[in-house]
Amino acid sequence: MSAGASSRAQGAVALVSGVLFGAGLALAGMTRPEKVIGFLNFFRGWDPSLIFVMASAIVVHATAWRLIKGRTSPLLGGRFMVPTRRDLDARLLVGAAIFGVGWGLGGFCPGPGIASLVTSAPSVMLFVVAMLAGNYAAARAEPVIERALARGRGDAPPR
Amino acid sequence: MNISGDWIRALEGGALIGVSASLMLGLNGRVTGISGIVGGLLKPVAGDIAWRALFVAGLLLGGFIAMAVSPGAFSSGAAPLGVVLLAGLLVGFGTRVGNGCTSGHGVCGISRLSPRSAAATVTFIGAGALTVLATGGAGR
Repeated sequence: MSAGASSRAQGAVALVSGVLFGAGLALAGMTRPEKVIGFLNFFRGWDPSLIFVMASAIVVHATAWRLIKGRTSPLLGGRFMVPTRRDLDARLLVGAAIFGVGWGLGGFCPGPGIASLVTSAPSVMLFVVAMLAGNYAAARAEPVIERALARGRGDAPPR
Repeated sequence: MNISGDWIRALEGGALIGVSASLMLGLNGRVTGISGIVGGLLKPVAGDIAWRALFVAGLLLGGFIAMAVSPGAFSSGAAPLGVVLLAGLLVGFGTRVGNGCTSGHGVCGISRLSPRSAAATVTFIGAGALTVLATGGAGR
């Protein structure tokens, strides 16, 4: 397959995958923030049904991963862009905790937030714009974040 | 709340998400992490834009289809706009710093048995649960 044809095929895969992902989120109930908050409400009237979203997705994807991981390259060419680090660090956990607080406050994580833009509800638009701003701010603040984490580790500040 | 119906739809929706992530990985070699796919559009790199934009377009198209079939699948939540603003900022900032969200860590990473993704998932679900406990689920 030529590079152009391969790139077009990859674009088509991305589009179809996006459709499946967006429809899956909505079907699963992830686009109803009150349901997400009910899932995170472990201590009062917990609604556990969203566990099955993650469990089902993991069963399907882990099975696919077993078939895929022996390959040297993806079926449409190029190479696998898959994280290989296995160590835990403060950056990972601090970032995840900050995300979790935002998730618990609004009931939206990134995918459902974007898919819910189709409702054109002002609060959803505000959420997505703020999310993009937060993402951009973190990218811009990269040196500051690294210095803060280095101080937390007791390292000498990088100059 | 229709418990059994909710559980079946959760299983079906999760399966669609798993198929989506598997197509992206097996055919394109990509992890389906929404925060990462979108984050890559904010600092675009030549040759690495089209697939991200097409995935996001698909996400919206999937949302449109779902809304046409079942308008009740969506709601905008009850959080006041100030809380929504803060929530969005924290979600965007935290997923960038922590290299992933519910999809990239919770589905893709755990499926590959990544210890980093498992730790991140436990952390963001725990932080979310503590937040709901502290606020009394105000956003509901």
